Amino acid sequence: MNVITKMLCSFLSWIDARFPLTKLWNEHLAKYYAPKNFNFWYFFGSLALLVLVIQIVTGIWLTMNYKPSAEHAFASVEYIMRDVEWGWWIRYMHSTGSSAFFIVIYLHMFRALLYGSFKKPRELLWLTGMFIYLTLMAEAFFGYLLPWGQMSYWAAQVITSLFGAIPVVGEDLALWIRGDYVVSDVTLNRFFSFHVIAMPLVLLGLVFVHIIALHEVGSNNPDGIEIKKHKDANGIPLDGIPFHPYYTVKDIYGVVIFLIVFSLVIFYYPELHGFFLEHANFVPANPLSTPEHIVPAWYFTPYYAILRAIPDKFGGLVAMGFAVILFFFLPWLDRSPVKSIRYRGWFYRIALTAFVISFLFLGWLGMQVATPLYTWLARIFSVIYFLFFLLMPFYTRRDNDKPVPERVTMP
Amino acid sequence: MQDGEIDKHRRRFLTTTATVIGGVGVVASSIPFISAMKPSEKTKAIGAPIEVDISELQPGELKIEKWQGKPIWILRRTKQELDDLPSMNTSLRDPDSSVDQQPPYAKNEYRSIKPEYLVVVGICTHLGCSPKYLPDGGEALGPEWKGGFFCPCHGSRFDLAGRVFKGVPAPSNLVVPPYKFLSDTRILVGDDSGVNA
Amino acid sequence: MKKVILFICLFPLLTSVVHATSNGTNSYNIEVDLTDTKSLQRGARIFINYCLSCHSASYMRYNRLGKDLGISEQTLKENFMFGTDKSGETMKIAMKPSESKVFFGVSPPDLSVIARARGADWLYSYFLSFYSDPSRPFGVNNLQFKDTAMPHVLWELQGFQRPVYNTVTRGDGSSVKVIEGLETGSPGKLSPQEYEETVYDLVNFLVYLSEPVKLKREKIGIWVIIYLLVLLPVAYKLKKEYWRDVK
Repeated sequence: MNVITKMLCSFLSWIDARFPLTKLWNEHLAKYYAPKNFNFWYFFGSLALLVLVIQIVTGIWLTMNYKPSAEHAFASVEYIMRDVEWGWWIRYMHSTGSSAFFIVIYLHMFRALLYGSFKKPRELLWLTGMFIYLTLMAEAFFGYLLPWGQMSYWAAQVITSLFGAIPVVGEDLALWIRGDYVVSDVTLNRFFSFHVIAMPLVLLGLVFVHIIALHEVGSNNPDGIEIKKHKDANGIPLDGIPFHPYYTVKDIYGVVIFLIVFSLVIFYYPELHGFFLEHANFVPANPLSTPEHIVPAWYFTPYYAILRAIPDKFGGLVAMGFAVILFFFLPWLDRSPVKSIRYRGWFYRIALTAFVISFLFLGWLGMQVATPLYTWLARIFSVIYFLFFLLMPFYTRRDNDKPVPERVTMP
Repeated sequence: MQDGEIDKHRRRFLTTTATVIGGVGVVASSIPFISAMKPSEKTKAIGAPIEVDISELQPGELKIEKWQGKPIWILRRTKQELDDLPSMNTSLRDPDSSVDQQPPYAKNEYRSIKPEYLVVVGICTHLGCSPKYLPDGGEALGPEWKGGFFCPCHGSRFDLAGRVFKGVPAPSNLVVPPYKFLSDTRILVGDDSGVNA
Repeated sequence: MKKVILFICLFPLLTSVVHATSNGTNSYNIEVDLTDTKSLQRGARIFINYCLSCHSASYMRYNRLGKDLGISEQTLKENFMFGTDKSGETMKIAMKPSESKVFFGVSPPDLSVIARARGADWLYSYFLSFYSDPSRPFGVNNLQFKDTAMPHVLWELQGFQRPVYNTVTRGDGSSVKVIEGLETGSPGKLSPQEYEETVYDLVNFLVYLSEPVKLKREKIGIWVIIYLLVLLPVAYKLKKEYWRDVK
């Protein structure tokens, strides 16, 4: 051992005596044993973390130049785009990042549905994840108002008016949320506060809890087998490998692929043809004139389609609320003893496929002008959406599941 | 594992390569964030050179203008005041303006292009307060005071060429901004392109 | 690895498919060319002569225009800047929104990002679709933007177009007159082809105006992607090397 290594070692033990640095490193990376058979779907957890970091850093920089007032907001965004050096890059990263966040989170959630990651003993992991998803929706909604374009304005107007559908207190509640009779400077200012402080704090807290919960119970895997059942003499799972270095190097590879796609969007398709930055949002907010065709951001459109499918204001709100809340009950709705889709029977496979198709279709329908045909399609897909959850206790119990192997299979 | 052997050399090489290339990327992507905090185009436009009309300026009068948000003093010095300047030299820290606080064309005994007109940035070189113009000493500075600038924050003193006195906190002379005469009565502060001196 | 490369290559294709399905209805389609500096300069001149008296472009600075379009400070001041003598200023107008509202019924919108709101095809179609309509306050209407409040400011260049009507019988037996196309009524200073070229330059400029950094962004993008494509095989090899342990 040379002198420098010696010094570093004694410095580390000085720290370890006061702060559990080595302990944390081991528990969460070097000696956190993850199943060795992770596949493609297991990239999205770490990617979500990466996007979170990107959003926080670019958000801090945007806040340096953004002005949360009805008079200056739109102009300050263009100021960032033109007058601030590299401001356009930072802004495009943030706007693309918000969509990327939802893409990554939706794929992350789909992974859980595929391999039963929400099932016992990971119920709390799933619930904290769902709370992250809810917070993310709120964060996205508040942030969407900030550019103060026509879409921003009218989306906020529509969503805050939704609360007006709640019986008795609804109108007062909507007024209280907006702080004004319509969405206004006051609303913008408080949404800014929620977007840059409140929601990010909640989000960071929840992400922390989510990771702690994961590392307590251990990762699921594509076979849906608990690797802790088979340990060697040292108590190390036979099918487990240390997260570091194996999954760190694998995730770095995933990160590079993600960054290539992310950069392609940022540098060549920042608007993504109106999906990531809407054309109508390049017109400053005008409280006196609604654009002809308003739609929420793409990540909300499945719920928006469900809302529109119900011909009743309050009923639509309830349906939309249930569409989100039902996810929370998945761990208890699913009665199958098998986790992974690999060993599930045809009932769940068909149900999940139908669910994914209806989710995607609802998303598409939510972007279209509501014609009678589309409204009927939205109703059909909404029914399928709800049946996936509501019939789950029945079809999962009777499913012709296959025998699950004792040990994981390598891809 | 082929035969329990790990190719340590190859592993270390790949780790180093990935770290170096990745590190370059991290450093490179921090550059935009650093440059985003530099003055923006708007700030630069607001801080653009200003034109000052000095036709009305009387001898002994001080005119204060704003350039890049800083006070710019334009002082028309009297003949007497100009003649007094060399007599201050012994009590000054840098009488010959050897410290680089002025463009070359203002590095002379008057620290100005035309002896009569002093153009300086009115910010104390100590900690950024703006000194007061005191043509005469009054009670505080005594009868010896031949006119100059006095900083209320920490008591630094400068003579009528913006030169700092000895024994005060300010380390150097007041800054002379780039400027040029557009005509006998107009000064452009902030731009000296085309000036050879 | 192969799948990844395939996906990355297919990505631009994917987005253009998305684009093709989301196209609106415009009478004309054009391909703008932001590298055509000469066209952008001509467009800027038309913009300043015909648009900038009523419409502002208040997020655009003159010196940025000069730098991006290769116009010298001297030329910029003499031929492009009429409202101000400071080249760091933005392209503002003297007319107050309240005044213009009385005059036009609406305040003419700021045009800084109009091309991102409307799209190049829409703008191009708009400038080509003015026609005489005595019922309108300024005697003109527009096929692309029905009952537009804007007068045909380019009329001296284009002249006036007349609508060509066609009678269409509806399902219930009644018949209505529908505008089928436009024909030249009184010619202007320019031939129809020259006018189209002029409008092209103007739209080209408006597209530039809506995002001046676009060309630079695409150039930087190449380097970023190249960098990541260098990093990709290294990351892949590194992963492979470590994962030889895992059996």
